[in-house]
Amino acid sequence: MSLYMHLLAIDIWFILEKVFLIGVIIGLSFFIAMYTTYAERKVAAWLQDRRGPNRAGPFGILQPLADGGKLFFKEEIIPMTSNRFLFILGPALAMVTALITSTVIPWGASYVDGTTRIALQVADVDMGILIVFGIVSVGVYGIMIGGWSSNNKFSLLAAIRGASQMVSYELPMGLSLIAILLMTGSLKMSEIVAHQIQHGWHILYQPLGFIIFFVCALAECNRTPFDLPEAENELNFGYHQEYSSMKLGFYLFAEYINMFISSAVMATLFFGGYDIPFVDESAWGLSPLLFSLMSFAVLMAKVLFFLFVFIWIRWTIPRFRYDQLMNLGWKKLIPLSLVNMLITAALTLWLNK
Amino acid sequence: METIRLTNRAKAVDRRPMTFLESLYLWSIAKGMFTTLKHLFRKKATIEYPEEKRPFSPVFRGLHVLNRDAEGRENCTACGLCAVACPAEAITMEAAERLPGEAHLYREEKYAAKYEINMLRCIFCGLCEEACPKDAIYLSQTFAPANYGRKGFIYKKEELLIPHPIHQREAYEQALGDRKPATKA
Repeated sequence: MSLYMHLLAIDIWFILEKVFLIGVIIGLSFFIAMYTTYAERKVAAWLQDRRGPNRAGPFGILQPLADGGKLFFKEEIIPMTSNRFLFILGPALAMVTALITSTVIPWGASYVDGTTRIALQVADVDMGILIVFGIVSVGVYGIMIGGWSSNNKFSLLAAIRGASQMVSYELPMGLSLIAILLMTGSLKMSEIVAHQIQHGWHILYQPLGFIIFFVCALAECNRTPFDLPEAENELNFGYHQEYSSMKLGFYLFAEYINMFISSAVMATLFFGGYDIPFVDESAWGLSPLLFSLMSFAVLMAKVLFFLFVFIWIRWTIPRFRYDQLMNLGWKKLIPLSLVNMLITAALTLWLNK
Repeated sequence: METIRLTNRAKAVDRRPMTFLESLYLWSIAKGMFTTLKHLFRKKATIEYPEEKRPFSPVFRGLHVLNRDAEGRENCTACGLCAVACPAEAITMEAAERLPGEAHLYREEKYAAKYEINMLRCIFCGLCEEACPKDAIYLSQTFAPANYGRKGFIYKKEELLIPHPIHQREAYEQALGDRKPATKA
């Protein structure tokens, strides 16, 4: 009995460390998502030769708070004929799945000081990137449940539209990911980053794979050119048509968190995660705390760049028609990613001989 | 025969089916992205309204002002020439005779007891200003503010009259603006 007691012992510090990390990451996700809405409006304005929100606080910095406050104070309407439980579950699920994907991302180099070692990653599980994919596909349920429980034909149509889009684009996304996995030989996010630090960023070896992945990420986040599920005006606003107040806010917010997380995933998979290019920063002899913080800042810089590109694309490219969307997904991206995968596999075999 | 074109910018529409590379849209998207990126650094077209106002043209014709002379006496003699000149029939007035002891209020023996301009009818042509022999009416550089009812747009004499040049010096200067009426000898 006492032989196995140590298995039952709870390492309180380990739990505290992870709880703290989860808190920080969730807080950070909310903060970034909040300010992405602000950035979206600012960048949209700049691209259209306007100034954007500049009335709430200096440079309109408090605009997201004002928007959030407005959403909280709006009347909360639950349609009489809707399924109440599912109607509330929809946005909750969208939000939860958006947040859970952040668990496996390595946010920075581990803090190593003597014997203490704190990984800036909530869980470094063996199947790492697959968890992200699994949870992203659960995110479809948020859309489907919300659209279906609204008991509105247009919401249901939009939800089906959204679900089929996400399912279609997950295929080429997964296929382009396989090419990466062939190169690294591991699903672990930390090892994918370590491999890139050693051998150079994956974008150098997989430019086509990155483009496919990026296009699919746009589709997964329901961003323009692929924002058919929530076409604001012409297609009846989409699956959250019956939603109001903060439940609508949750859906919109989950979209921005998804953007943030997918930017982080792209930075991790293709742009070396927290690695600084061309230099060996571990040889600089920085203090462990500073080293971890710096690597985190580097990752955030990459993430912010991707967020900007997301926004930039949104205000440049018009929306695809639905048949064009499906054509692009099934007839262009899937063959391309298959070819990319085969070439990578052949080269990997040939070079390893 | 040579075809004559207005401009040489017309382009024939290319209706050939897209090649595989074209149908990926990547190159066209890159071009579009570059165009929007250029706009990021352009000068902004916005005028930040309450802090910054677009200057009026020097010939702008705005709200009417009933003028006073340097001693603060009303110029208007209610001759009715402005009302006659008005193509929109926006001006009505009632004349009255100046009583003894009112010489400091009105410049001539006759004055306008009632003077109304319907700003909903007015077309701001400025013919009243041209018709006036006494420099009593001129068009300023402000426009009529919004109102909840139609009645509010019928401007009475009190609303049109310029502030007193001696008793309300600052308000007078402000109302005068850049468009002082040309003083006639």
